[in-house]
Amino acid sequence: MNSIIQYFKEIIQGVGSLLKGMQVTNRYFFSPGKIVTQKYPENRKDLKMFERFKGEVVMPHNEKNEHKCTGCGICEINCPNGTIEVISKSIVTEDGKKKRVIDKHIYRLGMCTFCALCVKTCPSNALAFSQEFEHAVFNRALLIKTLNKPGSQLMKGVE
Amino acid sequence: MLLNTISNALSTLSEPWWKVFYDFSSLTRGIDEGLRSSMSEFWAVTVEMLIIGVVFLLFYAVIGLFLVIAERKVCAFIQNRLGPNRIGPFGLFQTVADLVKLLFKELIPIKNADSFLFNLAPYIVIIVNFMVLAALPYGKGLHAIDFNIGIFYVIAVSSMSVIGVLLAGWSSNSKYSLIGAMRSGAQIVSYELSIGLAIITVVILAGSMQLSEIVEAQRTGWFIFKGHVPAFIAFVIYVISGTAETNRGPFDMAEAESELTAGYHTEYSGIKFAFFYLAEYINMFIVAAVASTLFLGGWMPFHVGNWESFNRIMDFIPPFFWFFGKTFFVIYLIMLFKWTFPRLRIDQLLTLEWKYLLPINLVNVLVMAFLVLMGWHF
Repeated sequence: MNSIIQYFKEIIQGVGSLLKGMQVTNRYFFSPGKIVTQKYPENRKDLKMFERFKGEVVMPHNEKNEHKCTGCGICEINCPNGTIEVISKSIVTEDGKKKRVIDKHIYRLGMCTFCALCVKTCPSNALAFSQEFEHAVFNRALLIKTLNKPGSQLMKGVE
Repeated sequence: MLLNTISNALSTLSEPWWKVFYDFSSLTRGIDEGLRSSMSEFWAVTVEMLIIGVVFLLFYAVIGLFLVIAERKVCAFIQNRLGPNRIGPFGLFQTVADLVKLLFKELIPIKNADSFLFNLAPYIVIIVNFMVLAALPYGKGLHAIDFNIGIFYVIAVSSMSVIGVLLAGWSSNSKYSLIGAMRSGAQIVSYELSIGLAIITVVILAGSMQLSEIVEAQRTGWFIFKGHVPAFIAFVIYVISGTAETNRGPFDMAEAESELTAGYHTEYSGIKFAFFYLAEYINMFIVAAVASTLFLGGWMPFHVGNWESFNRIMDFIPPFFWFFGKTFFVIYLIMLFKWTFPRLRIDQLLTLEWKYLLPINLVNVLVMAFLVLMGWHF
């Protein structure tokens, strides 16, 4: 007798749970709410990518054309496939000391796997990801980028 | 000359042309008489068969392509997406473009495959579809063949499509295909029982197997209302086992993408693959059409007892649209199954059939027979 009750109980419970699932999908069909599909080429003007999207590695500069890169080369060491090359030079500061500063921070976008190891390990938070994703170019050489802008300097207070 | 005959038939109609949508029998009779008067009986019948064949070919292609796009759109909306939206307005011509692409694609011959059976299999599936489509009533007077054992013919013929599936699996010399075909065979053979018993429940209530009479018997109320509880249980069981019969939805182990790539049509390419793909969707249409004919009144408008004005308004919608409206409602239900439920394992599938659906169905048939005997239905 118990097993018979169990049998019908199972059927009713099963049908109930199936109906609950169908209710959810049915609701989404008639009122999908926010459509996540982006109609890309049409909406490229107002397409906003997400904060966590890894477009390409950039070096943020402030309005005085200063960056935070000290040229330590940790990003170059950490990069698993040799995407980053840091070329540094030494200058003499006002108080007569020799100091190593960055000359060129070369980033080869064509080789980058977007693993984010450079951004994570940078001790002075000099690198970041931009949301730019339209990387197509006609010449491969254009994918080799210099991240520090010409004439830029190390931000004050960053060692 | 043929066009002349048809236009003559249209002009001899006593009512305005749009009345044709309410009753096709005067149009078909007109064409028949026109043909018979202008040629011998043999040629008249041949031309009629040709016309019906062309109409069904067009209908097959249009319904198949429409259902594919409908499925993709339904699935997209359920998942908060837009679905195909590039070709034509709202991507409506996506499937037409797909078909053109498949027509141009190479048919890859399979090494060591049984080429005769390999080529035969898609045609068996397609022919079975056509044979079933011919027996369905689409509207008043829009019925190619009205057998007196119509519904019996439908289940008998539609279960033949498993031969095509098994041939496809066997002949393509691939383990994926073979396993998919065997699963499909096991599934169809076991769910055939449930479908048959669910249909028998309705046949008891209707007292006839002729599809036109079954529809006619629902003039005063659809069977799902007339037969109340047992008819409703039969409807639910029919839709579940119909979904399983078409190898769709949660029962698609025959082509479980994650384990068997594509099941029995793994090795097919180009237009032969398109045949299988279309046949799958037409099968879904057939299951839905039979469900709407048996349970939801076919082309009969929705009538309520003696609400005269309400019934008149419902009569205003042509029977043709009633049929397709109900069919697409059932198709939507079947699509909802597919995009809601996870796929069953083979043992779960057989448990569902032999431990739940079959015993419930057997009791249900008995209850329905008792109800009809006592006259307790509406």
